[in-house]
Amino acid sequence: MNLDKIVVKNLNFYYGDFQALKDINLTISEKEITAIIGPSGCGKSTLLRCFNRMNDLLGNTKLTGEVLFEGRNIYENKFDLLDLRKRVGMVFQRPNPFPLSIYENIAFGIKVHRAAERKDIPGIVQKSLEAVHLWDEVKDRLKKSALKLSLEQKQRLCIARAIAVKPEVLLMDEPCSALDAIATLKIEELMQELKKNYTMVIVTHNMQQAARISDKTGFMLLGELVEFGFTRDIFTRPKDKRTEDYLTGRFG
Amino acid sequence: MKKLREFIIEKTIFLSGIASILFVLLIFLFLLLNGLSLFKTVNFKDFLLGENWSPVCEPPSFGILPLILGSLFVTLTAAIISIPIGIGSAIYIAEVAPLKIKEFLKAMVETLAAIPSIVLGFIGMVTLVPWIKRIFNLPTGLTALSGAILLSFMALPTIISITEDALYAVPKAYKEAAFAIGATHWQAIHRVILPAAYPGIFAAVMLGMGRVIGETMAVMMVTGNAPLIPKSLLVPVRTLTATIAAEMGETVAGSEHYFSLFAIGIILFIISFIINITAEFFLHRE
Repeated sequence: MNLDKIVVKNLNFYYGDFQALKDINLTISEKEITAIIGPSGCGKSTLLRCFNRMNDLLGNTKLTGEVLFEGRNIYENKFDLLDLRKRVGMVFQRPNPFPLSIYENIAFGIKVHRAAERKDIPGIVQKSLEAVHLWDEVKDRLKKSALKLSLEQKQRLCIARAIAVKPEVLLMDEPCSALDAIATLKIEELMQELKKNYTMVIVTHNMQQAARISDKTGFMLLGELVEFGFTRDIFTRPKDKRTEDYLTGRFG
Repeated sequence: MKKLREFIIEKTIFLSGIASILFVLLIFLFLLLNGLSLFKTVNFKDFLLGENWSPVCEPPSFGILPLILGSLFVTLTAAIISIPIGIGSAIYIAEVAPLKIKEFLKAMVETLAAIPSIVLGFIGMVTLVPWIKRIFNLPTGLTALSGAILLSFMALPTIISITEDALYAVPKAYKEAAFAIGATHWQAIHRVILPAAYPGIFAAVMLGMGRVIGETMAVMMVTGNAPLIPKSLLVPVRTLTATIAAEMGETVAGSEHYFSLFAIGIILFIISFIINITAEFFLHRE
């Protein structure tokens, strides 16, 4: 049994008067892939963004309950937000490399956290790019703009950028939704490899993707976590009628 | 009937388009013909590098080096003052300021842009000039520095609003990505947002400087207009533009003096042209 990396307790989240998350309780285990599925607008991205406090950037929101990262509530005042985001990396729906060179994209996190000696940065950049199998494709043009890469390469780059600061958790917000089927498969393979070293949470509206790659799955609907458990159980014998309806395509 | 209407509209638009090009060409031709007439009697090198501008003395001397240096001193100093302040305010307005302060500042910047330059010049003459005189203990406050400070006020609205637009145009996704890695707000600004907005910021600076180089009357009112080679910022200088404005009314059409003012016009034209080309080059480098 793996350790509990993130524990969510009675989490409620509001955008103004609208309650986007309703009493969420779940546990993300270490070095597993946890998938969160559900129809658009069910709150799955909002939940994901509670794990690295990205929702803090929005105004007029309210949160109650706890998100424990290794046992400590990340919403308590003393919690070091920058350190949290170093340890909990994020990959977004649309690949969003910085308009800098490929090299600078990867070096960014190391530089802002002063996470390594200057002389060690090239080595970390190479390792990070190797980890996402991008090194061979880009090693001759590290100084070129990252915006010239293909969409799939950009998303790999974004993953490499996230892992360059050696996070413990990777949050992925529909990381494949902008990609075609082949690129999606490649990213999924990559995620399987990364599982050895990272705890991953992936939000996806693609049920097959969740079934293919995840160890545990949570199904969300209208801000509620309807069901959460081992992926094979959720997909073969869902306990809740709504989960079953969603998985069999009766809505969503 | 419909066809005829189309035809007329099309030709009208065509003519308007051609007209603007034609006017520019005619202006340039006029400038060139009159300006170049000077060089029938005056050596080009003596004109450009001559240190003495005294067109009405006997014999006259048409050296514009003091005027070029005057313009250069005033413009560069204005740039040094206005670029950091302008970019700084734009960052504050676009990234840092709370909504209410932001609205207020934007209104203020627009007001600053709306002040006619002659009014700024007038205010400068009665406030800035005496201050400079007192602070630096000078015989006169009409100096290159006064002109530069005044001009930086004129360049600021341009620099601020265009830089601000450039900052807003940076996709939010960059900022989000920077924050998600744990960058601080300032790190996100200077490592990601500023580089991303760089072409727009450069254009802002260039347009601001364009305004500074071309400005005439306000500068004339506060710089003292002595056509001497400036040894420091605290002496009176005369700019190229001010020379034309001040002397055109007193010359005899067709005289050497008259032609020399047109030749100054050519030099100004070339300077603006170089600035624009540089801006274009940087904007389209990537």
